[in-house]
Amino acid sequence: MPARIDGGVAVRVVVDLTRCQGYGQCVFLAPDVFTMHGQEALMYDTDPDDAQREHVLRAAAACPVQALHVDRMATQHRTVEPELRHPTSDVDGEFKRNGHIVIVGASLAGGRAAGVLRRDGFKGKVTLIGDEKHQPYDRPPLSKQVLTGRVDAEHTMLPHLREIEVEWLAGTPATGLDIGAKQVTLADGRQIGFDKVLIATGARARPWPIEAEAALDGVYVLRTLDEADRMRRRLAAGVNRVLIIGAGFTGSEVASVCRGLDLEVTVVEAGPAPLVGALGRVIGDIAAGMQRDAGVDLRCGVTVTELVGDEQGRLTGARLSDGGTVEADMAVVALGAVRNVEWLEGSGLAAGPWGVATDAGCRAVDINGLVTDDIFVAGDVARFPHPVYHYQFMSLEHWGNAVAQAEIAAHNMLSDQAHRWPHLSLPVFWSNQFGVNIKSVGVTSIADEVVIAQGSVEERRFVAVYGYKGRITAAVTFDQAMWLDFYRDLIERATPFPPDYRMVGRPDEMRPVPAEVPQRMAPAAGATVVVTGHDPAERRVSLVRQQP
Amino acid sequence: MEPASIYEQIHQFTNRANPYPLYAELRETPVARLEDGGYVVSTYEEIVALLHDPRVSSDRRKLAHPPPGEPLPPSFIGTDPPEHDRLRRLAMRHFGPPHSPRVVENMRGELHEIVKDLIDGVAGRTQADIVDDIAYPFPVTVICRLLGVPREDEPRFHAWAEQIVENIGPGEGDQDERAKRRTAAVLALATYLGELAQAHRRNPGDDMLSGLATYEGPDGSLSDTELITTAALLLVAGHETTVNLITNGMLTLLRNPGLIERIRDEPDLIIHTVEELLRFEPPVHFLPQRVALDDITIAGVTIPKGSSIVLALASGSRDPAHVHDPERFDPDRPYIQHLGFGGGIHHCFGAPLARLEAQIALRELAKRLVNPRLVTDPPPYRPNSTLRGPRHLLVEYDRVLPYRP
Ligand SMILES: Cc1cc2nc3c(=O)[nH]c(=O)nc-3n(C[C@H](O)[C@H](O)[C@H](O)COP(=O)(O)OP(=O)(O)OC[C@H]3O[C@@H](n4cnc5c(N)ncnc54)[C@H](O)[C@@H]3O)c2cc1C
Ligand code: HEM
Ligand code: SF4
Repeated sequence: MPARIDGGVAVRVVVDLTRCQGYGQCVFLAPDVFTMHGQEALMYDTDPDDAQREHVLRAAAACPVQALHVDRMATQHRTVEPELRHPTSDVDGEFKRNGHIVIVGASLAGGRAAGVLRRDGFKGKVTLIGDEKHQPYDRPPLSKQVLTGRVDAEHTMLPHLREIEVEWLAGTPATGLDIGAKQVTLADGRQIGFDKVLIATGARARPWPIEAEAALDGVYVLRTLDEADRMRRRLAAGVNRVLIIGAGFTGSEVASVCRGLDLEVTVVEAGPAPLVGALGRVIGDIAAGMQRDAGVDLRCGVTVTELVGDEQGRLTGARLSDGGTVEADMAVVALGAVRNVEWLEGSGLAAGPWGVATDAGCRAVDINGLVTDDIFVAGDVARFPHPVYHYQFMSLEHWGNAVAQAEIAAHNMLSDQAHRWPHLSLPVFWSNQFGVNIKSVGVTSIADEVVIAQGSVEERRFVAVYGYKGRITAAVTFDQAMWLDFYRDLIERATPFPPDYRMVGRPDEMRPVPAEVPQRMAPAAGATVVVTGHDPAERRVSLVRQQP
Repeated sequence: MEPASIYEQIHQFTNRANPYPLYAELRETPVARLEDGGYVVSTYEEIVALLHDPRVSSDRRKLAHPPPGEPLPPSFIGTDPPEHDRLRRLAMRHFGPPHSPRVVENMRGELHEIVKDLIDGVAGRTQADIVDDIAYPFPVTVICRLLGVPREDEPRFHAWAEQIVENIGPGEGDQDERAKRRTAAVLALATYLGELAQAHRRNPGDDMLSGLATYEGPDGSLSDTELITTAALLLVAGHETTVNLITNGMLTLLRNPGLIERIRDEPDLIIHTVEELLRFEPPVHFLPQRVALDDITIAGVTIPKGSSIVLALASGSRDPAHVHDPERFDPDRPYIQHLGFGGGIHHCFGAPLARLEAQIALRELAKRLVNPRLVTDPPPYRPNSTLRGPRHLLVEYDRVLPYRP
């Protein structure tokens, strides 16, 4: 029997921080729930008291970009009338009435997809399989509010499932997928048949490679609610110095929270500066300045070679590649994520360390490169071609991408050829650290040049624009989120780089410098496309003639 | 018909009561060139894009043909970053997040008190003018308390504020004459506020003017002129707009049978009602002050650099490409996104206060007036087409119920 999932919690709040532009209206109207750190970095209690309900409703109504969702979640792809069902096929088929859709991975993408299936009129059975025992919860707060103790880890549940009828199999990992027999195998041996399946198993934290050292008391990774909860309790119990290994987004956010708790923090980063992997050297150097100003002992160009423990198996410190040592009673391993694809071994899908390959409509591709009909993929586990970026395959670990893809995948699961949508959203990302709201749109990692187009680096309020071969490919804002959509439109229209306009807040000179991003993507010189349309049913690309 | 002439018709007084059919015509050309060389933009997506376009300035001094010198430099509503951001931050420090997140929320009790007294004031009668009795005195009292301006001085600055806003945007009558009246009013208000600010600086209270006059920090402090222009902006913006939201609100509620009862019975409904009002009958119909700093191509039209741009907010909020069934007042819409407070970096500074004021005033009117009805529909309007609202709104009722929290 389908069960209705309802946490019975009074108010659940999620801010779609990819939309949020930092207007602060919510902070005015519900100051006990929302707080602003610095000019634009919004933090919030995901599960406030019932007494806050009216305040939260006022705040949600007031948000100028309608980024704030209470109890239920609106969808990312807005159309004129959001609750109207989108046409999926010309005939309302037997499948939509009595079919069975299985979703593997009960988190952001999986939960969102379930919601969209119902919105678009799927009346059949939906089974949601998750290996965690929790209801779907939101991960971004784990490295932000949760560690401060401001929000309990259990209070990060996502609101989107409350009204949706699903069969929910919690705490049951899937161990295999048989495409021919259309079955998912569970760890407990059960076989779940399906008509269509959505793979949304995301990623997990990359562990410290040396097992004995990883097992030391005081060594943590951060991906799940349980992990965040353990870290929070440890932080609350009292820590002398925290060692953070890796200064990507998660590592930097944890460093920020720990400094906020007035703990001594050492960050060890193999690259030349924090965030370099994602945003390149120019922004990395700015981020390094932020960390040092906040009192972080930042060591770049160095790696941790050994985690050291005492006889009781408690962490005492680490040895570094430059011969140095760090004394620390807590270490956070923030070395990125590993995609959860092992369960797909032998399935015949094109699955590997970068995820499961798909077409632009979220349909899985098999090892022969053929597109499957009934197997869909969404979220961090997906590897998809993006027309705007020369059809390069990309794998993202972005909240907004998981949501957008889940919606496209769910819609396409119900749609015939003529009604399918392409996943054309540009990647968007945000991070809150050291009182600064960092946002990005587009792909930075293919860029060859970057320029500060607006604002001031000294004040750490600016827009950096990235270019590749004379086209704008990405933009990053520090506390300037309100301008981001302008640059998104420039990217979608394949606008020339640098954006040499007369603009408000333009620095005296606009001088592009080398982006110095690790060249993880090497785009082929391909076609240039522009994206048109706002409504997902209308969004399409068209080819523009290459400039010689 | 020529788009420019539609735009002219919109500003004719005869169309004040219902400009909306003209907006629908205006939207047929999303970006239209006006006779004076400026451009008017009337569709939602395009307005939102321009509000977030850094090539669009709010500083009139950057026009190809700037207007003759104003008596004072512009307040932050008329400046660009980085100047704008610095001034807005300095003002926000005393009003909202991140430094004073609770100022507005803490005024809630006081707002209820003021509205209670005003409605008590019409209890002995069976007819009231919503404008003169409630919608005007309420926000004025609030902004005076917030800023620390003596309420007794209201008749003086009211006259100046009226002069200033009546002469915002295109209007009828002799342009030079309007400019002259505006200048005189600006100077009078500036002198008044300058003296008041000095008094607060010597003897600070816990009001905003004292905060503005005495604060010094990483962003520096306000110069004497900045202090005057900022205070004048807050005083004028804070009292010539909310009056229209409350009045338009009462008018709309009374035009939609059953709504008053629902607002009385469903406590949360007022929240979305006010949002829908800001979409459907907004106080600010146009932002007449933008300037293109560079050539901007939008909706297939290139606006040349130096051109003046008018953003038709009220038209955008009724764009059928953005909202389903836009000409219907429907507070039950699943989500309401409107241009009532503008958008981008100049998004209304006082929006949280204005919302709370309108929510409280309209809900209390709905709860306390028994069987309210309009005396004249449409009511007489004020001349201004940019800040549009009734001059008076006469309402009859059987009696007034006592205040109940
Ligand atoms: C600490 C942290 C902070 C973040 N901050 C930001 C941020 O600020 N901005 C941003 O844009 N993004 C952020 N992200 C990224 C964002 O949370 C992810 O992009 C998002 O969670 C992806 O959702 P998903 O559903 O694809 O995958 P996941 O959330 O990883 O969910 C996958 C689910 O599938 C389950 N699963 C895996 N294998 C199996 C199996 N075999 N059987 C059954 N279930 C299985 C997993 O346990 C998990 O519950 C952050 C992530 C973390 C961890
Ligand atoms: C219903 C009432 C109100 C409405 C509809 C309204 C509307 C607006 C709009 C549309 C703007 C944008 C102007 C632009 O972009 O050029 C604006 C700006 C502004 N408003 Fe309001 N307003 C209201 C009430 C208030 C109140 C109560 C205050 C003061 C407490 C206030 C203070 C301001 C200020 C200071 C600005 C300039 C912001 C900036 O340039 O950064 N407003 N308002
Ligand atoms: S944009 Fe919305 S969610 Fe973000 S700070 Fe503003 S009101 Fe809050």
